[in-house]
Amino acid sequence: MKKNEEYLADPDLAYIELARGKEPQEQEAQGKEAPSPEEQEFKIIGQDTPRIDGKLIVTGKAKYTHDLFFEDMLYGKILRSPYASAEIVDMDLSQAKSLPGVKAVLKLKEGRVKYEGEQVAAVAAEDEYTAEEALGLIKVDYRILPHVVTPEKAMAETSPQVHDSANVQKLNEYNRGDVDKGFAAADVIFERTYKTAVEIHQTAETHASVAKWDEDRLTVWDSTQAIFSVRDGLARALGIPASKIRVIKKYMGGGFGSKLGVNEHTVAAARLAKETGRPVKITLSRKDNSLCVGNRPTSLITIKAGVKKDGTLTSFSMKNYTGGGVGRGDRCSEPLIDIYRCPNVKVEEFTVFTNTGASRPTRAPGHVQGTFALEGFLEELANELGLDPLELRRKNYTSANQGQAGIPYSSKGLDKCYDLGASAIGWDRRNKKPGEGQGKKRRGLGEASQIWWGAGVPGTLADVKIHPDGSVEAICGTQDIGCGTRTYMATVTAETLGLEPQDITIKIGDTAYPWAPLSGGSLTTPSVAPAIRDAALKAAEYLKNLAAKKLNIEAADLVLAGKKLVNQNNPEQSIAFSDITKEMRREAVFHGERGELPPGFAYNTFGAHFAEVEVDTETGRVKVLKVVAVHEIGRVINKLTAESQVVGGITQGVSTALFEERVIDENTGKMVNPNLQDYKIATSMDVPEITTIFVDLVDPRINNLGAKGLGEPPRIPSSAAVANAVYNAIGVHLREIPMTPDKVLQALGSKEAGS
Amino acid sequence: MEKAPRKKRKTYTRRAFLKGLGGGAAGTALATRFLGQSLLASQLDISTASIFSKKTISFEVNGKNISLDVEPRETLLEVLRERLKMTGTKKTCGRGECGGCTVLLDGRPVYSCLFPAYRADGKKVTTVEGLAEGEKLHPVQQAFIDKDAYQCGFCTPGFIMSSVALLNKNQTPTLAEIKAGLGGNLCRCGNYAKIYEAVAAASQNMRKA
Repeated sequence: MKKNEEYLADPDLAYIELARGKEPQEQEAQGKEAPSPEEQEFKIIGQDTPRIDGKLIVTGKAKYTHDLFFEDMLYGKILRSPYASAEIVDMDLSQAKSLPGVKAVLKLKEGRVKYEGEQVAAVAAEDEYTAEEALGLIKVDYRILPHVVTPEKAMAETSPQVHDSANVQKLNEYNRGDVDKGFAAADVIFERTYKTAVEIHQTAETHASVAKWDEDRLTVWDSTQAIFSVRDGLARALGIPASKIRVIKKYMGGGFGSKLGVNEHTVAAARLAKETGRPVKITLSRKDNSLCVGNRPTSLITIKAGVKKDGTLTSFSMKNYTGGGVGRGDRCSEPLIDIYRCPNVKVEEFTVFTNTGASRPTRAPGHVQGTFALEGFLEELANELGLDPLELRRKNYTSANQGQAGIPYSSKGLDKCYDLGASAIGWDRRNKKPGEGQGKKRRGLGEASQIWWGAGVPGTLADVKIHPDGSVEAICGTQDIGCGTRTYMATVTAETLGLEPQDITIKIGDTAYPWAPLSGGSLTTPSVAPAIRDAALKAAEYLKNLAAKKLNIEAADLVLAGKKLVNQNNPEQSIAFSDITKEMRREAVFHGERGELPPGFAYNTFGAHFAEVEVDTETGRVKVLKVVAVHEIGRVINKLTAESQVVGGITQGVSTALFEERVIDENTGKMVNPNLQDYKIATSMDVPEITTIFVDLVDPRINNLGAKGLGEPPRIPSSAAVANAVYNAIGVHLREIPMTPDKVLQALGSKEAGS
Repeated sequence: MEKAPRKKRKTYTRRAFLKGLGGGAAGTALATRFLGQSLLASQLDISTASIFSKKTISFEVNGKNISLDVEPRETLLEVLRERLKMTGTKKTCGRGECGGCTVLLDGRPVYSCLFPAYRADGKKVTTVEGLAEGEKLHPVQQAFIDKDAYQCGFCTPGFIMSSVALLNKNQTPTLAEIKAGLGGNLCRCGNYAKIYEAVAAASQNMRKA
């Protein structure tokens, strides 16, 4: 049985370390020095480039893991615990095994099951109906044990224990300066508590894997954000060398952090395939996806600040209880530690275990909850001090990362985000005093700021391959999870070689290709794009040398543009790209690598969202009217796909702020809304008018393109901005999301009652 | 042995569907399947499985005539994906909540995950694979590319089919009509705003053409 520490040390969470730019392996020397990112001028990079694989997607030809069929393929299914806490006394597989069409039945669990949906047994059969029927024939004798499903109850001394020690465990601690001194120096001391619900990723494509053995070699097609993590996880789980495993992912229907490592059902598929000697596909149901492949954990965050009358922060303390089910929950303190200048900070965070599925990183883990709390707190504090909330943030602005001993940010455009956003939304239109508007429907404006990492991972590898016929491949073991990775790989390669994006053949999503990190944490673009750029620059250099010899000029005089190598001193003199490649005796491969992050600087992304809402004070319904999102992510490589990231981040943030909540019945310990009807997510009817702005700023040293990541940033402040706008509209901060109509009406009631 | 369906029904309800399958143990079994719960062996009489007979249906998919045997429990989505290996149409929720499996049935959008395959007999089915004419994409498909109206792309076929159905019915939809027309489709990446842009652009281009 796993120890508490093992649950706390969830390997999925290693991605946070990656997101911070810590390298996972030894580094090798860097390639040729590229020109500084700011000096470069680009033709294609930074423009709107439609996805090069768009046609495959809109014609239904893009193959997702769900869409794969192999000859002789069997269908696997998993039997899951119907109880939140029980002991398996006995399991009888014989009836299931004897059902015609069933090819293998595996026991996956002995002893205790700790949450509804924990896997118990697996079957493989000729078709899905037979597999489903076989699950019903597995007899499991459970001894039902007491359970606890809410963090509030789990914290009580008398609560049933989830693991083998106390339910409450220290997760994180941070200290800077002396908070007591800071509070003593303050004019005002202010304290508030904020709460967030469990949110489910609900990826469109449910988790799915196909496993196929060829003698001692295993190939797995997986709906994953992390082919190398899946490969290594499978090697550990199956006890075979990583060198014998190949993991492939071509298209994937959404991950949002729930697909960052090997899943138990993937291991089961591999075992079933081994036992039957046939390929096995396991596709999780929507209910499975709701129960056992992760969620965004709850937070219960209390912030206390000491502040001068003019808004200067003197002290910050924060306590968080996070409920990650049988998993470890989220650290939510990074925004508070980093984003504002404050000399004295104390943070304590605790995991509270419950008998529910383990949390996993969920797009901007910890930051969504932490930012909802911190930014809501500042909004309330500003009102307390009689300050403009934006002025309070500016007052405590810093150009140095507070959490990293005050080292300077390599680039930070948050102040520009404030200027551009305030102007675009018309910040002056806000209620100067929250809730001062009249009438049934009240409008309000709110802002929230954001910090995230997004520097990318040094050591990411990529190849550019040039064929003698002039065709070009860009190759990297990364995965496109919907962010347009293929397209920017083509864009960067084409830009560097003077070609068009459509000229480049992209190969990704296979552990047979050069190593790249998992796709999560906003690290794919700033990892992969610089590695591709490095490889393409080497290819360009090689071709220039070939052309220089041919034309009898200096290589340095040549530029690659318009599918030619042109003498920049004499544009009449040129040679076609596909003519110079004919000089090559064979195909040539150029290895690129994402370089080191120069030390002495902090590398972060920044943004500010401004939301306008209308609250119906009779029904309690909140309508988000408009969101202006301003982000500083260094150089934007593809404006078209970057805008989609922002639009998605806002929509998901609205969804979190207003609708999303996993509901578990305390008596039975069962989730009551494990589907897309009762688990509410934003629909087309809920989307506000959206304005996306990128601050024109290139990071001078983060990588050879000056680009940062964008996956997380727009997801971080979106819920908080909506909550702050609701506060501005009705004059009472709900301090709890989702802000469902019942909570809004309750808040309005408490305001009227004057409490 | 092939049986004709018991009765042609004008309207379709889950209750009528279950009743039509013979009710009793099999109906209960199917109902529990619908609820996404596994069956306990004691509650299932295996012999009732024989009531699932087969029927030969003929229908048109993207202009091609298809004839095959289907069981009453098979959905149109299952036939398209599992039997015909036409995987453009996606299964996302499997219970009519998200629109990911939307296809056109005689021009009308339906959730193929809820639609019994035998009822497609004699009908024309259009899936996302059948919209383009050779290399020339349907204006809606082209607009989705131009406006980047997708991210992971998994819900895209469903959105495209719903958009085509909307524009076939209403060539000049307002923003509110676009939102309502796509209200039965979920995009978890949250790209709705871009999808509206694409539908509006397609509407313009279709009128120009």
